[in-house]
Amino acid sequence: MSTRLATGGRFTDRGKQIGFTFNGRRFTGFQGDTLASALLAGDQLLVGRSFKYHRPRGIVASGAEEPNALVGLGQGARFEPDQRATTTELFDGLVAESQNHWPSLAFDVGEINAKLARFLPAGFYYKTFLWPRAFWKHLYEPVIRRSAGLGKAPHPEVRDADRYEHFHVHTEVLVVGGGIAGLQAARNAARAGAQVLLIEETAHWGGRTPVDGGRIDGREPEAWVAETVAELEAMDNVRLRLRCMGAGVYDHGYVLGYERLTDHKPGAPGPRHRLWRIRARQVVTATGAIERPLSFAGNDVPGVMLASAMRDYVVNYGVAPGDRTVVVTNNDDAYRTAILLKKSGLDVPAILDARPMGGGALMQEARDLGIRVEPARGISKVLGGARVTGVAICDQAGGGSMLEEIACDAVAMSGGWSPVVHLWSHCGGKLTWDADGAFFRPDPSRAPTGADGKPFLIAAGSANGHLGLQEALACADGAGKAAVEALGRGFEESPVPRAETTEEAPLLPVWLMPQGARADLRMKAFLDYQNDVKVSDIQLAAREGYESVEHAKRYTTLGMATDQGKLSNINGLAILSDALGAPIPQTGTTTFRPPYTPISFGAIAGEARDAVFQPLRRTPMQDWHEASNAAWEIVGQWRRPYCYPRPGESRRAAVNREITATRESLGLLDASTLGKILVKGPDAGRFLDMMYTNMMSTLPVGKCRYGLMCNENGFLMDDGVVVRLSEDSWLCHTTSGGADHVHAHMEDWLQCEWWDWKVYTANLTEQYAQIAVVGPNARKLLEKLGGMDVSKEALPFMTWAEGTLADTPARVYRISFSGELSYEIAVPANRGRAFWGKLLDAGAEWNITPYGTEALHVMRAEKGFIMIGDESDGTVIPQDLGLHWAISKKKEDFLGKRAQQRPDMARGDRWQLVGLETLDGSVLPDGAYAIAPGKNANGQRNTQGRVTSTYYSPTLGKGIAMGLVIHGPDRMGEVISFTAEAQDETRDELTTVEAKIVSPVFFDPKGEKQDV
Amino acid sequence: MLILHCPCCGIDAAEIELAPGGEAHLKREGPGSSDAALETYLFTRDNPRGVVLERWRHAYGCGKWFLAARDSVTQEVYGTYAAQTHAPPQEIVDRITARHPGWTGAH
Repeated sequence: MSTRLATGGRFTDRGKQIGFTFNGRRFTGFQGDTLASALLAGDQLLVGRSFKYHRPRGIVASGAEEPNALVGLGQGARFEPDQRATTTELFDGLVAESQNHWPSLAFDVGEINAKLARFLPAGFYYKTFLWPRAFWKHLYEPVIRRSAGLGKAPHPEVRDADRYEHFHVHTEVLVVGGGIAGLQAARNAARAGAQVLLIEETAHWGGRTPVDGGRIDGREPEAWVAETVAELEAMDNVRLRLRCMGAGVYDHGYVLGYERLTDHKPGAPGPRHRLWRIRARQVVTATGAIERPLSFAGNDVPGVMLASAMRDYVVNYGVAPGDRTVVVTNNDDAYRTAILLKKSGLDVPAILDARPMGGGALMQEARDLGIRVEPARGISKVLGGARVTGVAICDQAGGGSMLEEIACDAVAMSGGWSPVVHLWSHCGGKLTWDADGAFFRPDPSRAPTGADGKPFLIAAGSANGHLGLQEALACADGAGKAAVEALGRGFEESPVPRAETTEEAPLLPVWLMPQGARADLRMKAFLDYQNDVKVSDIQLAAREGYESVEHAKRYTTLGMATDQGKLSNINGLAILSDALGAPIPQTGTTTFRPPYTPISFGAIAGEARDAVFQPLRRTPMQDWHEASNAAWEIVGQWRRPYCYPRPGESRRAAVNREITATRESLGLLDASTLGKILVKGPDAGRFLDMMYTNMMSTLPVGKCRYGLMCNENGFLMDDGVVVRLSEDSWLCHTTSGGADHVHAHMEDWLQCEWWDWKVYTANLTEQYAQIAVVGPNARKLLEKLGGMDVSKEALPFMTWAEGTLADTPARVYRISFSGELSYEIAVPANRGRAFWGKLLDAGAEWNITPYGTEALHVMRAEKGFIMIGDESDGTVIPQDLGLHWAISKKKEDFLGKRAQQRPDMARGDRWQLVGLETLDGSVLPDGAYAIAPGKNANGQRNTQGRVTSTYYSPTLGKGIAMGLVIHGPDRMGEVISFTAEAQDETRDELTTVEAKIVSPVFFDPKGEKQDV
Repeated sequence: MLILHCPCCGIDAAEIELAPGGEAHLKREGPGSSDAALETYLFTRDNPRGVVLERWRHAYGCGKWFLAARDSVTQEVYGTYAAQTHAPPQEIVDRITARHPGWTGAH
């Protein structure tokens, strides 16, 4: 059984017991344990069910590469799925539950999938669920959705209880990985005076070496590590961070670090995770290597573990995953596990070494300890279901005929090592195949390069393919010095630390055990534990023509999901190469993409949540709107009042009340969000003639003109009223959401095309508070305030004047977006709130009614005025909207003019703007399509138009709409059908509503109300 | 994430400060141009694997547009230069041709 040893445990403090629960059962561990080591100490081998076949699964690894031991961690606002037990540090009160099981971990209904495994081959979903089509919605999709996905998502209504933050950091040298290689590289860079940041994903410095043994400069590795860390900590130019993973490497030396500050002490003060946004001039990746499993039948039975992981559990946590462990290997390193287990008083019945002649000095050491070593042998299959009970051994060279059964309760396997090349590859670093080690390693001649075209990333130690202790130290020593040299700094010559370790015999690549494994064995030989991909699946994919490694990956799901194939990629690739009869380097690898392991959404979001999610722009009157119970509409970064419901009043009723009050007497609108761009200079008129479709240079001082702005593609982009302020200056009003974009657009043309034109622009949007005073009593209100002549004669429609209103400096524009007598008044922003108050006070006798954006929209639609974003969508030209009158025929050129001459813009059957009136007075659904007879080539119903704006008009007492309809203006009075919401959603039939094509101007078609 | 030197304000700006503007040195085709010329101007982009001359605006900085010569594969930046030019300056061309002998420009 798996148990805690009487002594040992580098990381554990046996004086501090810690209680936790797993699937509701109480366990105890020690301070310093991981969840995985504590579960193993409690003989909890079974930790989860596999994704597809629901096979029982146990802990395979001891670190970030773990594919099986994923748990749901925490509860309520701190629940998180898919947490690796191997990287979860134990804390008091930890609550974990296993995943992918129903009704319970020990008895799982889905296990029947395993019995059906031969019917669930690679690409099963693609092949099975094609037909009939209707089955998708009601049968296939619900079933797949229920059984797909790892873990369960947190409840959507529960808010994350923790805080997250971003750090922006610049450093000269970033070293990722705090093993002996990272420490040596960091030390060299630091001693040369460079600014160094050293990050390590685990809670401990030193990496694997203290477990694997050997001596460095005559000392135990642990002592060397402590000494080196102490030296680094004492230096001002060095920063060290544990629990901080190098997540991704990006262009120009940008690196993301992911620091987990309080995962091991939830609820502690401070942020839970921190995303380090690092700019490094040189990056050293000392990220180590990951041991590979061997592919034999039953290699996923709980109790089968990586040989190195087993060493970790014994040395670091004082936990023995088994009493009797069979070791199976193709290299010398796994002998270290056998030797350690034996010396720890545990039984090692056999070492099965796939190499014909076995290993070197370590094999001899094992034999000297009395361990039976069987060269040229492998595992035919593992015996046992929920846990290992034994192994059947066979000749590696054969098809799997059993020679002998050996009883055991654990298997330690080693298929060699793969350097962690992820960070090297993220930003374009290339790999080369190392035939001796049977792994991909970084190709230093094709490193990721920076802005200067020179490499900015150096791989060090085992991450660079140097697995031996001395080779790793020498490589790292050189990496630290190379980083310093690349910075242009000098360094003092220093010797490479001297390592003593046992010489190892060469590894023999073993991709399948036994080499000629029978079909029934291959179907149980797992490559990817997390996605249940077996040797037979990859072979099938190759037979079916998925020859590209990227295709085979997607077809079989090899290397997907949270572990991204850390254990499976090379093994799967080798099987694919073999099936294709192509060498491994030619088959290539799939792409390594960030992050190295999953990082939390919280860390990515950082502080950007709630009030600081994005900047909130406030008009000078915002506090009044808030105090007046405004319902809000989001317009860019503004919050505009949608309407102002009174207590007990619905929004709908409030909108209708606001419209009626405005049409009958007096309304008030905060229009401050309207873009206001000043365009000034000797060439300003010429410039605006290019920007707008109509002529702005001829606009007399004192006058206003409605203008349309198109892009070079001819499509309508923005609209607004342009005001001639003086001989050389114009004020351009833009849409509320468009101000920044329009300003940037103007600057683009001024800076990049007509840079010799003398024009200056300034975005004055926030400098003014702008208020629309609207309705038949608007003039009376302004006259009551006093200070300016606002009569029809002094200030006619489409003119403006400057003066003082109610002791407030003001510009008054006689423009109307509602069809009513209307004044838009701009006052300095800091006077806006007071001026708004004066208008409200003075207007009380006319029942002055502030109105929101919805009333604004309804009133403009009643008048047939277009709204950018409703009537226009980036594919609409002004001509489609009947705005020919606003397109100059005299001007030689304006932006979009040439594009509007293209045949497609001039063809007669473009959809054009009309008004729409339902026969029953109802409101047409927004965005509804007008259906036409027949079907198109795809079997879809033909269409002949669509609704662009649709409202209930309280003024007219019925629904009104605008839409774009083919030949629309020529079809006045015709009735056409629009799609409508189905009454019964489960029935797949079309519901329609009839509407008559009418003029888009529903109210006051002659404009008599606005021009008074 | 790129870092580009803004030649207007002198800052080495990270990409989050910048807004991309597509290919540089396009020749505007207005009224009177052929359909083919207009199509080239509006839609046809070289999008090469290698040297690109491109427009950037220092949107969250000085607000000015500038041009950059960059390698779209290696992310090497050969230089940034003023938007008010019709071609990259000779020193940038020299840096490009040193890396890509025979490079004759995007057009």
